[in-house]
Amino acid sequence: MSETTPSNPTPAAGHRDSRGRPIVAVTGLGIVTSLGQGKDANWEALTAGRSGIHAIERFPTQGLRTTIGGTVDFLFDGPFSAPQLSEKLAMLAAEEAVGQSGIGRAGDFPGELFMAVPPVEMEWPQKQELAATLEGDVDYRGLLSAAASQRFKAMHEMFLFGTVADHVADAFGTKGSPISLSTACSSGATAIQMGVEAIRRGDTPAALCIGTDGSIHAEALIRFSLLSALSTQNDPPEAAAKPFSKNRDGFVMGEGAGALVLEDYDHALARGATILGIVAGCGERGDGFHRTRSSPDGKPAILAMQDALADAGLSPDDVDYINAHGTSTPENDKMEAMSCAAVFGERMARLPMSSNKSMIGHTLTAAGAVEAVISFLTIAHGRIPPTINYVTPDPAIALDVVPNVARDARVRTVLSNSFGFGGQNTSLVLTAEPSRS
Amino acid sequence: MKHDVVITGIGLASSLGEGIEAHADALATARTPVVDATSFAPYPVHPLKVLELDRQIPKKSDQRQMEPWQRLGVYAAGLALDGAGLKDDAEAKAALQVIVAAGGGERDHAVDGAILTGLRGADEPGAFLNERLMGDLRPTLFLAQLSNLLAGNIGIVHGITGASRTFMGEEQAGVDAVRTAHARIAAGQAEVMLVGGSYNAERQDMLLLFELGGYLRQGDFAPVFERESAPGLITGSASAFLVLESAERAAARGATVLARLDAVVATRSKRQPGAVEAALRGLLADLGPVAPGALAVSAATGVAGVTAEEAAALATLPQVRRVAAGDLLGHAVEAAFPVSVALAAAALSKGQAREAIVTGAGHWRGEGAARLVAP
Repeated sequence: MSETTPSNPTPAAGHRDSRGRPIVAVTGLGIVTSLGQGKDANWEALTAGRSGIHAIERFPTQGLRTTIGGTVDFLFDGPFSAPQLSEKLAMLAAEEAVGQSGIGRAGDFPGELFMAVPPVEMEWPQKQELAATLEGDVDYRGLLSAAASQRFKAMHEMFLFGTVADHVADAFGTKGSPISLSTACSSGATAIQMGVEAIRRGDTPAALCIGTDGSIHAEALIRFSLLSALSTQNDPPEAAAKPFSKNRDGFVMGEGAGALVLEDYDHALARGATILGIVAGCGERGDGFHRTRSSPDGKPAILAMQDALADAGLSPDDVDYINAHGTSTPENDKMEAMSCAAVFGERMARLPMSSNKSMIGHTLTAAGAVEAVISFLTIAHGRIPPTINYVTPDPAIALDVVPNVARDARVRTVLSNSFGFGGQNTSLVLTAEPSRS
Repeated sequence: MKHDVVITGIGLASSLGEGIEAHADALATARTPVVDATSFAPYPVHPLKVLELDRQIPKKSDQRQMEPWQRLGVYAAGLALDGAGLKDDAEAKAALQVIVAAGGGERDHAVDGAILTGLRGADEPGAFLNERLMGDLRPTLFLAQLSNLLAGNIGIVHGITGASRTFMGEEQAGVDAVRTAHARIAAGQAEVMLVGGSYNAERQDMLLLFELGGYLRQGDFAPVFERESAPGLITGSASAFLVLESAERAAARGATVLARLDAVVATRSKRQPGAVEAALRGLLADLGPVAPGALAVSAATGVAGVTAEEAAALATLPQVRRVAAGDLLGHAVEAAFPVSVALAAAALSKGQAREAIVTGAGHWRGEGAARLVAP
């Protein structure tokens, strides 16, 4: 970090990181999960070790192997589609983050928008609406003729991939062309990484980075179920997600959103903003091994973590805590533990690493952003949320998972991992504000 | 420090066939497009010319695990890597960063129809839907549908271990993919990138999405800028991938430069009459002066209003030769802008012009432009 004190920034050069680039500060954080809306509600529940996972009531679950999820059920009274819920979650998280940041003016955010959004497509209720206007057997020719009536025009906008980001850009007045992206289960982290890159390039003084996912509906759940990715230990629901446990049997789908206001550090200082932390480094690696499985040697995950540390100008010894991807699938947790051991060596046995997913489930597209927000709360509060449901440790994975009970600890540097289908591996290094480090 | 960004590989596949030659020829001769007006009547489409998949996707098992839009994209990406001479360069493929503009996967149309028919008379519709989906969805279907799995398959099939990102959001995803790739190389954040998109037009589920909004042309083919009587998209199956590289890196390895990508700009206008023209004029101004005889490749959609406004913006550059990519191979949605940039680069590499601009205004949102010059 620069030796210039925050109260006396060098106007010409400004603060630079170890590689001479602008420093990327975090000035606003927002979060919604099944545990509640906002940082306070989530932090209270996360540090109490409370689970937001419950029996699904949104749709009938008869005949399904998995009947539980971390759905967010407190935002709508009537029925809604996945993009509508994803948009609502994103808006609420962004309102909280932008509000905390105090940046710009209402509806005039002075920076770009990077959004991780779940892939969308037309859903069954809407297809049924079209089908209801048809006689005889339904096929796509019939659905097309119903669409041609132009009585269902609103569905076009609802099911475009770009709509959620477009609406968020409208609401917050972000600048430029908003990005809607997917890197599967690392999408939220990629949204943050893209904001970091844009600020480092000097393209934008600030970035609104959001990961959102409100896509638990019958078909989405069934698709993951058919891949045998989900836990089927439905009773009791809150015990199903058990990362790093010997009897872990899959992840639990969750919903939520995380939003971060990233800002050029000097820009934030100049306007007197409170600096909540720094996104110090990002690393990403592809895995050409398999469509759903990670390389057995964990190489891409190892490299992603090492790249993130190198990008931050830090070494493994600087890391105080790992916010794990920790999905609770047999394969991920084993691979992640092994990869961390490769990066951190013997220190791994006593380096705390916990999984938020034990409480909120896997918020999929949103996870990287949601867990980055929680990581910054961990730094701010000096308290590590636990991995709950850690009753039967997996002897093959010797880890300090911060079992079951939150722990006070001085945390200045967090490594947050996100790994996804399609060989997506992203790691972020998140640190305390420089004056506090 | 700013780096020049050059194009060292072009992968193109469409109704016109594959490769730089076939597409550059079509640009030069304004050949008649390939149109299928019957299979999806009343909606015409430009069908993909059948590919010899084995040439780029040697394993049948890989081919089976992909849908047509993914096979097309993986194929075109392979052409770009071959052209750039990177296919067998493990070191380059470890450094290669990938950005893909993609939509989603194809529905099983027969399954959807049968379920919708059955749902009408079902006593317990929820239970019926669950039972049918559990029984009728192929387990691997999901993987063929996930937007980021085109990038995933490119990684697996071509052995790329650099990171990938997938942009979604219709036409603008393609603009932003090329824009971001350019920006990262120009700023020194990456040295070599593979960027592009892929679109399969021969699917009723996508036609349905556009027809819900009234965005499809019905009847016969008409040129993009001459559809006033029946405006709308005529979609085309097409994919384009580009290898972008810093000029220094390309020079150091002695790569052939096909074109230089000077600038890529994008915006999002609030759509109201005149907004698209104003937005595109602003983007064209950002690109700077355009030389006489320059080629202008437009990714215009053919949609009412928007297309006329794009024509009006381009009319401010009377010195250019305007070509609509849609007139050659149809509208390829997420791939439309990458295809247009690839066409421009192909033309420059063949000496058809010294300079080219590319424009595009999405059917619903987003505007973009790019500028290329001959090497």
